[in-house]
Amino acid sequence: MTQTEEADSAIGTELAAIELKGIVKTFHSHGDAVAAVKGVDVTIGEGEFFSLLGPSGCGKTTTMRMIAGFDEPTEGDVFLHGKNVVGVPPNKRDVNMVFQSYALFPHMSVLENVAFGLRRKGVAKDEAARRAGEMLEIVDLKGREKRRPRELSGGQQQRVALARALVNRPSALLLDEPLGALDLKLRQAMQVELKRIQREVGITFVYVTHDQNEALTMSDRIAVMNDGRIEQLGSPREIYERPASRFVAGFIGTSNVLSGTVSRTGSGKAIVEPGPGERIMVSHEAVPGDEIELTVRPEKIDVRSDPPDGDGCALRGTVNEVVYLGMFTNYNVTTSTGAEVVVFVQNVSSADDVATRGDSVWLSWDPRHSYVIGA
Amino acid sequence: MRRRLAPYALILPGGLWLAIFFVVPMVVMLSFSLMQGDVVNGFRLTWHWQNYSEGLSTYDSQLIRSLIYGVLATVACIVLAYPVAYWIAFRGGARKTTYLFLILLPFFVSFVLRTFSWKFLLADDGIVLSPLKDIGLLPQDFHVIATGFAVVAGLTYNYLPFMVLPIYVALERVDPKLIEAAQDLYAAPTQAFLRVVFPLSLPGVFAGVLMTFVPVSADYVNSTVLGGTNNTMIGNIIQNLYLVNTDYPQAAALSFTLMAILLIGIFLYAKALGTEDVLEVATR
Ligand SMILES: Nc1ncnc2c1ncn2[C@@H]1O[C@H](COP(=O)(O)OP(=O)(O)OP(=O)(O)O)[C@@H](O)[C@H]1O
Ligand SMILES: [Mg+2]
Repeated sequence: MTQTEEADSAIGTELAAIELKGIVKTFHSHGDAVAAVKGVDVTIGEGEFFSLLGPSGCGKTTTMRMIAGFDEPTEGDVFLHGKNVVGVPPNKRDVNMVFQSYALFPHMSVLENVAFGLRRKGVAKDEAARRAGEMLEIVDLKGREKRRPRELSGGQQQRVALARALVNRPSALLLDEPLGALDLKLRQAMQVELKRIQREVGITFVYVTHDQNEALTMSDRIAVMNDGRIEQLGSPREIYERPASRFVAGFIGTSNVLSGTVSRTGSGKAIVEPGPGERIMVSHEAVPGDEIELTVRPEKIDVRSDPPDGDGCALRGTVNEVVYLGMFTNYNVTTSTGAEVVVFVQNVSSADDVATRGDSVWLSWDPRHSYVIGA
Repeated sequence: MRRRLAPYALILPGGLWLAIFFVVPMVVMLSFSLMQGDVVNGFRLTWHWQNYSEGLSTYDSQLIRSLIYGVLATVACIVLAYPVAYWIAFRGGARKTTYLFLILLPFFVSFVLRTFSWKFLLADDGIVLSPLKDIGLLPQDFHVIATGFAVVAGLTYNYLPFMVLPIYVALERVDPKLIEAAQDLYAAPTQAFLRVVFPLSLPGVFAGVLMTFVPVSADYVNSTVLGGTNNTMIGNIIQNLYLVNTDYPQAAALSFTLMAILLIGIFLYAKALGTEDVLEVATR
């Protein structure tokens, strides 16, 4: 696991809302041992919007279920506000979950659903109904109190599920792909809504998703998971611009991965020179002869027909394909080293394309935008 | 036009079947219940309503006993069936079908035969009671057969699967995520059961009660085989009136009386339980 310093400092000094220490979960089914989570360490701060992002089957749900108490870790400890809760049943943990399928109680009205948790905690009926009504107002469902869940649309059910959890003012809210069942338009509207609600109530959100855009736009920090482990933990910007592994680079957005042999070094920079006039520079401690892999995001690269002046990064290539995308034009370029590079060029002027298919071009970018993978 | 008729065409075979084998006999029986006469001289429709009042006053104790046995056996069925259905639905895992098959297994043996085997097992000097009597755990004159208890126990045993199956079906449909959601919302396991699982299984209990209470109240095999002479149910009386006394009018009148009582009972029961709610949950 790679944990950047910035990520560490985001936690602050107060007691963490959630802390996972060396969490391992192995399932036994049909005689096989399935390692769903293979050692996860994470500290989630108070009031943070924290996302678990990763491909299907990487252990996101399992991790969340161990925080909620539905599954107990095979190894490791779960701390909620500094208290070890391993062995504490879900009904005694001060966290609430929003299920992907919502899991609303079909035999209860919307109001009864939302008041359920308060009633179980011993809040008097009238008071519980009052608070549930208030929460329904926050999620914009006033006037729907008496309906049954199945009489609501998908987005409305989703908000009932959210209200039902939030009304208890848990110390953390766990959301397992809460927008997974909604269509794109509603999904985007709900992302904004969720973020607004989170700011309003100030509760820690742990958000599971396999949608990178969702994670990038909503989160304070993201843990990218792969195969039961955290590959990278950091702010959306760090994760996006400085992927710590090939996996993260490939999983988050479009990323170009370049590799080469270091030919020169100087002032903390490693320089790769594939051909005459070509150079890739990156901040990295290395010695000549080292093999390095680095990434650079498509929108950071410029395409031009003549060699760039100055001492930035420069690579020669041939345009494979040009795709006009409205705001951007997307160039697919094969470099002199044989690598496939994607470049997004913003369409600022209405001038003709910078290059067309088959053209020889120069790619250039600021060395600050290349990052060595796994550094 | 053709499209509109299609649904009617589909219900035609079943509808005809019901008309011929249910409605027609019902009408015939209804008219019998208002006749007078005997097999030798024939029966005549004389609108003899006294068949009803005489039936009620002569056989009131058997009627009441039938209803009491019906309620007792039905309640016993619920109490015994619910945990079984629950266990199969939530803990049955991959073997659910096997367990359901085991529940249905007794149906492969004749109902009457099984009831007789009970008589054999529980006989005063049978293989269960005599050893217990020999070692002095039970008094020598202790007996099970020919008691109301034996009848209710037999009824419970025979109709148990009819209670297990509908409850199982209802429980099977309860999304386990709902139980987790309840627990997540601070409900202890018993609370999660009482507030979520049980209400959602009520349609199954409702169906199970219908499927047991009605046939149990009208049963005559169990009381004949296990009940001796002092525990006759209304089913025995009706059977005797038909087959032994050939007093068809009286038998028919009693049958309709029983049916009316059961229908009213079920109606009140549905009212009390709030059928609308039950049906609403069932069709969610
Ligand atoms: N109860 C279980 N028994 C056996 N294996 C399980 C169980 N639950 C999860 N697994 C396995 O553990 C792994 C991780 O599952 P998990 O549900 O945590 O993935 P996920 O990251 O949430 O995926 P998705 O995005 O598809 O929801 C999977 O390989 C899954 O098959
Ligand atoms: Mg999942």
